[in-house]
Amino acid sequence: MNLLNLVLALPLAGFLVTLLLPKNNSHAIRLFSLVVSLAVFVLSLGLTAPFHATGNGNWFVTDVPWIQSPEIRYHVGLDGLSLWLVLLSTLLTPVSILVSWKYIDRRVKEFYAFLLLLEFGLIGVFVAWDLFLFYVFWEVSLVPMYFLIGVWGHERRIYAAVKFFLYTMAGSVLMLAGIIFLYNKAGTFDYVNLVDLLQRGRLVLTSQEQLLLFLAFFVAFAIKVPLFPLHTWLPDAHVEAPTAGSIMLAAVMLKMGCYGLVRFCLPMFPQAAHQCQSWIVILAIIGIIYGALVAMVQPNMKKLVAYSSVSHLGFVVLGVFSFNQNGLDGAVYQMLNHGISTGALFMLVGYLYERTHTLEIKDYGGVSTPAPMLATVFLITLLASIGLPTLNNFVGEYLVLQGSAAVNFNWTVAAAVGVILSACYMLWLYQRVFVGETNKDLSHHHPFLDLNGRELAAAVPLLALMVWMGVYTKTFLPVVSAANQRIIEQSKTGVETLVEKQGGKRIAELRELIHGR
Amino acid sequence: MPTTVPLNWYLILSAILFGLGIAGFIFRRNIITVFMSIELMLNAVNLSFISFSYQLRQVDGHIFSFFVMVVAAAEAAVGLAIILTVFKNRATLAIDDVSSMKN
Amino acid sequence: MQHLWLIPLLPLTGFLINGLFGKRLPNFLVSLIAVVSVALSFGWVLKTLSALGPLETAYVERYYTWFQSGALNVGVDLAVDRLTAIMLLVVTGVGLLIHIYAIGYMAHEGGYYRFFSYMNLFMFFMLTLVLGANFLLLFVGWEGVGLCSYLLIGFYTLKKSAGDAAKKAFIVNRIGDFGFALAMFLVVVNFGTLDFQKVFDAARPMPVEQSAGLLTAIALLLFVGATGKSAQVPLYVWLPDAMEGPTPVSALIHAATMVTAGVYMTARSAVIFERAPVAMDVVAVVGVITAAMAATIGITQFDIKKVFAYSTVSQLGYMFIACGVGAFSAGVYHLVTHAFFKALLFLGAGSVIHALGGEQDLRHMGGLMKKIPITFGVLACAWLAISGVPGFSGFYSKDEILMAAHHSSPWIYWVGVVTAGMTAFYVSRAMFLCFFGSYRGHHHPHESPFVMWGPLAVLAVLSVIGGWYFQVPHYLAPMFPLAEGAHDETLVYISVAFGFGGIALAYLMYVVSPGIPDAISNALGPIYRLVYRKYLVDELYNAVIVSPLVNGSRTVLWRFVDAGLIDGIVNGTATLSRTVGGMLRLFQSGSIRSYAAWVTVGCVVVLVALGVMAGGAQ
Repeated sequence: MNLLNLVLALPLAGFLVTLLLPKNNSHAIRLFSLVVSLAVFVLSLGLTAPFHATGNGNWFVTDVPWIQSPEIRYHVGLDGLSLWLVLLSTLLTPVSILVSWKYIDRRVKEFYAFLLLLEFGLIGVFVAWDLFLFYVFWEVSLVPMYFLIGVWGHERRIYAAVKFFLYTMAGSVLMLAGIIFLYNKAGTFDYVNLVDLLQRGRLVLTSQEQLLLFLAFFVAFAIKVPLFPLHTWLPDAHVEAPTAGSIMLAAVMLKMGCYGLVRFCLPMFPQAAHQCQSWIVILAIIGIIYGALVAMVQPNMKKLVAYSSVSHLGFVVLGVFSFNQNGLDGAVYQMLNHGISTGALFMLVGYLYERTHTLEIKDYGGVSTPAPMLATVFLITLLASIGLPTLNNFVGEYLVLQGSAAVNFNWTVAAAVGVILSACYMLWLYQRVFVGETNKDLSHHHPFLDLNGRELAAAVPLLALMVWMGVYTKTFLPVVSAANQRIIEQSKTGVETLVEKQGGKRIAELRELIHGR
Repeated sequence: MPTTVPLNWYLILSAILFGLGIAGFIFRRNIITVFMSIELMLNAVNLSFISFSYQLRQVDGHIFSFFVMVVAAAEAAVGLAIILTVFKNRATLAIDDVSSMKN
Repeated sequence: MQHLWLIPLLPLTGFLINGLFGKRLPNFLVSLIAVVSVALSFGWVLKTLSALGPLETAYVERYYTWFQSGALNVGVDLAVDRLTAIMLLVVTGVGLLIHIYAIGYMAHEGGYYRFFSYMNLFMFFMLTLVLGANFLLLFVGWEGVGLCSYLLIGFYTLKKSAGDAAKKAFIVNRIGDFGFALAMFLVVVNFGTLDFQKVFDAARPMPVEQSAGLLTAIALLLFVGATGKSAQVPLYVWLPDAMEGPTPVSALIHAATMVTAGVYMTARSAVIFERAPVAMDVVAVVGVITAAMAATIGITQFDIKKVFAYSTVSQLGYMFIACGVGAFSAGVYHLVTHAFFKALLFLGAGSVIHALGGEQDLRHMGGLMKKIPITFGVLACAWLAISGVPGFSGFYSKDEILMAAHHSSPWIYWVGVVTAGMTAFYVSRAMFLCFFGSYRGHHHPHESPFVMWGPLAVLAVLSVIGGWYFQVPHYLAPMFPLAEGAHDETLVYISVAFGFGGIALAYLMYVVSPGIPDAISNALGPIYRLVYRKYLVDELYNAVIVSPLVNGSRTVLWRFVDAGLIDGIVNGTATLSRTVGGMLRLFQSGSIRSYAAWVTVGCVVVLVALGVMAGGAQ
């Protein structure tokens, strides 16, 4: 039982125990889940230890059989790519719990149980090294989110939840087909094995097979990212979800797609990835500009932030499909940045909603006068989100654009327009909500209160990270860089061996080779 | 050995019983009657099992019919319990009135 | 180690203290912290510069790697060379004076701590901008000062116009930053680094590009950044609106320091610009157009701060003329003198506004010379300096620029001279309308306290002597060799004559016979109104860019593409499935007995089919 297994098991245990707690003692349930999630977070901090000591590698590996036939293994491990994403999940779960403290007042037990189950699924996705296990976690994370939106959401929650579920399922079924195809071809679900076989030319996919497999995986991930034009589930899901759901969805769940692209699409199907590069990049750039423009005209705050996510994640895809160190580093860094800053934005929008029960921008105005602290925190978050240097997003965006500039400068020019537009929609939002004369209707029923201690406690860690990640990247980036270097190597050699050994060995031989190992 | 009743007669009896069961199941409205019709069908099947088993001199058919009887007994217990609860809650045994699962 | 990091970090400390705890601190403590942090920073600049001596080569301090990705390594490195030294002195020196002034000016305003913490934050970013030893660190400062500008323009949060102006400033600056960022990407792709020293060392041996090439592209993109930050055509529109901020902000950010960052950056990248003559021409032409155009608008404005704002735009145009004709040191020279006299003009204007209880319209001033004599005295120094009266600081630097312009292409010189005349005219106009004649307002004017006119006096001295005392071009000679060629006395006389001509004309029109201006504006009619309404540039941008973008996004992208097309397909799929399912559902009646009936029917069908097939097989 190494630390990673513990980090993975604790939320699951927490989920089960929460279900056993008496239903009417809400406070105990909240407290319990908070304690569990904090414990998970503290434990997960320990995961960083080996990385500081020795740099990159695969850590905390557990590889035991789970199902004999077909051979599915419980194979989990951690490398530089997954490390920070796991920490992002473990950090944002307690934050979400804190945010929901007062907000969720019905079916409290189920809510916190689902949050813990969600955490379990998310961590699992990022650490699973067996394709089947990955798929299982992928689906496990889907279910609690479906309920979070469907049960605790706003008016159109059922529509949004079903849309979210079906969109994701449509993609993940394709991915499942791809996984099964790979298993039939290679006789293993093990990611490390598969990449190794592909690397050494022992598993050869024809270019058509590779293209189809790539697309099967890609579509699943692209829906989750979400990439234009597969994004329309996102605004609905965000608008309808409760605050905690929005935070987890934006901050962590979208990263599942980005992570999948880097982890699976690049090293396993490099040739197809290269083939599709320009198409995907064009979609990403359309997403960047389109998301920003549509965000600009949204009357609803959550929708605005949701569309801004479409724009931001376009940068991630652009970086990934630049296939170079700068682009990939930027993309992964941007995943974390987006998690922090957009998570915080959703949190703050949630705070506003709790006070006024409206998300329409026009119902606000001049909030900075009654709530200066809220305004300040919002402004810092917003500045991070639009990529102000010294705050986190800047480094990611810069590296992504730098990476794309090395491939095709026109891409960079087009994508950088998104940076201008981000300032437009965000500042306009800030101005309409916080600046000017205070809207009389705001404090109609209750005085409009500034942040309280609990709300601030949820916000401060995120603010601190924004500055930390923007100023001192040494803590985070080298680990990511090292992992990306390996992925770039893999996707390069993959291309070469593919060209050399086109039409090589057949399935039976491969089966032997694998079972002989 | 006295002349035995031919196998066909058993099978025909079994088919008739089974047909009655089906008819009862489809056309009767009272839950208990429907339930008894199901039992009737099961026993019709049992009858053909036994007769085949006797004809072929193999014990499998007997074992099978025992299984069916056990299952039928369990089913009767659960089924009657459900019927009782339904009657308690709805004060009716007409099967068409118990359709709350339908939208 | 000279601990250069202390220079920007001291104001940052002030920002943090005031920002976090300022609300609970008494006002005098807030201002004390703010002023002392800047004063210490200024002191540290002086100490460092005296310790570093002549600074023949750049002095660099490297602290830590900001980020590293592959071969690209961006460090947090600070460097001082002679150009930076000048900027440091201007920024901390003028900044200190303005901070002191603000104690008096802001005394009765709400959000006192907010104001000073933003000002300190601005100092931090501005000092990072000038100290940064690579493009990216410069960019950090560049965006950071833009942020502070945003915060301070929108300082009066209850005023909607202030919020609009702030947003406009930030977004227009972002457009400029877009160019700057693209330039950086090109630099990294081609030079592999962002470090000034390494990039310029690599660029130095490259040939001068006769037609557009890589360096031209980089230079032009950098210049796009400069047009945003330094308010040049076509991105100058934000600066006049920026006057919504408190006056000390206008003086510090929108006159003396931040807006000159573009000039600094151009001078810093001189190696690249010099090898890209096409870009240089663009710089010069944009500078000329901006200088002339802004001057014409300045003539027609009645808001005292707007007059000076357009004057700033115009003077920045001069600096870019200098850069464009290759006289970078002249540009920096004008930057320094301009910082003195323009800060003074704004602070003086602030003093007038303060005296009149917030009145900014020149039409409601007049005859203030006797009522606020100290303010008049110091403003007069700035007035003469900007008009190019010989002996005053503006004369030296403007002269330097016009010489270089004439050397490069005479038409620029002539436009420059005419603009100088206009400059003298509109500043004189403002002065005459404000201080001469009779008082047309209602508020009772009162002189400003010492804490305000003290810094004004210092700036006045600098405006007078700053030109010959700080021989910037000579100091910068190791970086930018002095221009050769004879100093043509005639050209100097001509420009001085235009300056005096402008003053005289203004005297004639606004003191001797005040009826003339109205007569002229009536006679010119539409042309006057066009200029008065700033050539309708804002309206043009609004109609051509902003509205189509917003409306197009709303109707086409959002409502049509997103909600209509994509969601239409998605929901259409769902509807289709539902329809098909609805038909199939008829079988799924939920009545077990109907299922049983179907099963029976099915069995019969199967049996019959088997029988038929068996019969067929026989």
